[in-house]
Amino acid sequence: MAADGTIAVRDAAEITGGRANSLQRFARRRSTIAFVMTLPLLAVIVGLVAYPALFGIYLSMLNRRMTEFVGFLNYEILIESETFWNVFFQSCFFAITAVLLKALIGFWLAHMLHHIPNNKQRKWRGMLLVPWVIPPALSTLGWWWMFDPSYSSINWLLSIVSVPEVPWLGHHWWARIAIIMVNVWIGAPFFMIMYLAALKSVPEQLYEAAAIDGATSWQRLRYVTLPMMANIISITVLFSLIVTFANYDIVRVLTNGGPRDLTHVFASYAFQVGILSGNIPRGAAVSLFMLPFLAVCAFFVLRGVVRRNKEQM
Amino acid sequence: MSATAANRDLPGIYHKAGSLRAERRWAMWTAYASLIVAAVIFMAPPFYMLVTSLKTSGEIAGMAGNPWIVREPTLENYWAIIENPLFRGFMLNSIIITACVVAVTMVISILAAFALARMRFWGSQMLATGVFLTYLVPDTLLFIPLYQIVGGLGLLNSIWGLVLVYPTLTVPFCTWIMIGYFASIPKELDEAALIDGATWPQMLLKIFIPVALPGIIAATIFAFTVSWAAFVYPTAFVTTPDQMPLTIGVVSQLVRADTFAWGQIMAGALMAALPPVIIYAFLMDYYIAGLTAGATKG
Repeated sequence: MAADGTIAVRDAAEITGGRANSLQRFARRRSTIAFVMTLPLLAVIVGLVAYPALFGIYLSMLNRRMTEFVGFLNYEILIESETFWNVFFQSCFFAITAVLLKALIGFWLAHMLHHIPNNKQRKWRGMLLVPWVIPPALSTLGWWWMFDPSYSSINWLLSIVSVPEVPWLGHHWWARIAIIMVNVWIGAPFFMIMYLAALKSVPEQLYEAAAIDGATSWQRLRYVTLPMMANIISITVLFSLIVTFANYDIVRVLTNGGPRDLTHVFASYAFQVGILSGNIPRGAAVSLFMLPFLAVCAFFVLRGVVRRNKEQM
Repeated sequence: MSATAANRDLPGIYHKAGSLRAERRWAMWTAYASLIVAAVIFMAPPFYMLVTSLKTSGEIAGMAGNPWIVREPTLENYWAIIENPLFRGFMLNSIIITACVVAVTMVISILAAFALARMRFWGSQMLATGVFLTYLVPDTLLFIPLYQIVGGLGLLNSIWGLVLVYPTLTVPFCTWIMIGYFASIPKELDEAALIDGATWPQMLLKIFIPVALPGIIAATIFAFTVSWAAFVYPTAFVTTPDQMPLTIGVVSQLVRADTFAWGQIMAGALMAALPPVIIYAFLMDYYIAGLTAGATKG
C-alpha cells in the first residue's frame, strides 16, 4: 500500500547507522502526523457514535426519572405490552416487503435501462432518480396530500376505472400499504442506479460466450448476470434493510403512528415514548431492540464489501 | 454483428437471425413501455405538488373535476410563502447548518482519508473498517442518547446543536469514499513528490486534492444533500420554530396552521426541495458517482 514506506524499508536495510535512525524517526513522525490527522474523525466516531451508543444502553436501564438503575425492567415491560409487538410486526413487515419490492422494481428498471441505446440512457436515468433526490420528508408531504381523505387525487384516478374510494390513511392495513408505497417510490431509484452500475461492469464477452452456447435470455440472466451481480445485490439489499428498518421520516409525516398506534415502526415508537411522552429510558430501550437485527445486517454488508474489494484488487 | 456475418455463409440459420431481430425489437418495446410507466409514477407526486402549489385556495377546495390540472394558474402561494418570515427563517437556518456541516465534514474526512489511505499507522486498517461500520449505524438508534448529550451541553433548540450532531450522518460515508478515491491515485505520484522534497501538507494540497477532485465533489454533494434532508435530529432536538431547518419547519409549522393552506404547504415543500434538485440537475454524474461509490469503490 504505502509505497513510500517500502522505499524507506529498503533504504534502511542498505544504509547503516545514523541514516537508518533518521529514517526511523521520519517513519515515526509520519505515523504521528497521520494519527493527528485522523483525530477529528476519531472524535466524531467515538464522541458522537460509540459513546452515545453505549450511553444509550446505560440509559435504557434506568427508571423513568433516571434516578435509579433498574436493569432490564424497561425491556421486560416492553416485551409484555401488546403495542410493542404491533410495532415489531409492523417494522418487520414494512422493511421486508418494501425492500423486496424496491429490489425487484430496481432490478427490472435497471435491466430495461440497460437495453435501450447508451445515448438515451442518461436522460431516462436522470428522470427516474428524481424521487431519490427530493428530501424524503418533503416528498412524503406531497404523498400525504395525495392520500388526503377528502381531496385524494389517487382516489380520483381510481374512480376513473370505477374503483371504490380507498381510506388510505384511515384504515391500518391501507395505511401500511401507503407507507410501503411511499418508501418503494423513494428507494427503488437507488436500487436501479446500483444495479445499472453493476450490470455495466459485467464483461460483454461472457454474454457472447453464452450466446454462442445457445443460452436463452432467461439462462443468460440466471447463469451470467445474477452470479456476476450477486455480491452487489446482497450488499444493496442488506444496506437497504438497515435503512428501511430504521426509517422514521415516512411514518412521522404520513400517519404519525396512527390509526390506533398500528403503523408505528421502532423509530417512530421510540420517538413517541422517549421524546414526546418523556420516558427517555424506555424510548432508548425501544430503539435498542433494533440493534441485534442491524448488527447482523451490518456484519454481512461489511463482509460483502470486503470481499468485493478483494475481487477488485 | 457477428451473427449477420455468419448468415452470409450459412443461409440455413437466416431464419433464426430474423427471429433474433424481432426478439430484440420486442425487448426494446418492453423497455420503453416499462420506463414510461415508471417515469409517470415516479414523477406524479412532484408534479401533483407543483399543480397544487399553482392553484388558488378556492380551486383546491372545489372538489369538482380533475385535481391533476390547474385551471387558473397563480403564483400567489409562492409570494405568500416567500414573504412568510417563518419560512425565511427556516431557509436561513438550513443554509447556515448545511454550510457549516459540509465544511466541517470535508475537512475532517479529507484529512482522515489521506492519513488512512497513504500513511499506515497502528490500527489504521481497523479504523477504516470502523468508519464503514459507523456509516451503517442509523440515526434513529442514536437520537435518544444524543438528545440527552446535546441537552447536557445546553444545545437543544439551537441550530448549533444540529451542527454538532449532523457530522455523524455525513463524515463516515464521506471518509469512506475519499479513502477509495485517494487509494486509487498512483503511488508514483507521491513518490515523485517525496523525491522532490514535498512535505505531507504540500502533497495533500498539491497532488491529492486536485487529482481526487471528482471524488471530493461527489462527497461534498453527498454531505450537502444529507444535511439538507436530515429529519430525525431536527425533529427531536428543535421545538422552537425560529431555530428549525426547512425539513421539519415545513412539515410541522406550515401544516400546523389552523386551516390547511395546501397551496402554500406544497409551494414551501417544493422550494425547500429545490436546492438538492438543482445540484442534482447540474452535477448528475458526480451525484451518481457518489451514490454508487459506497459499494463499488473504497
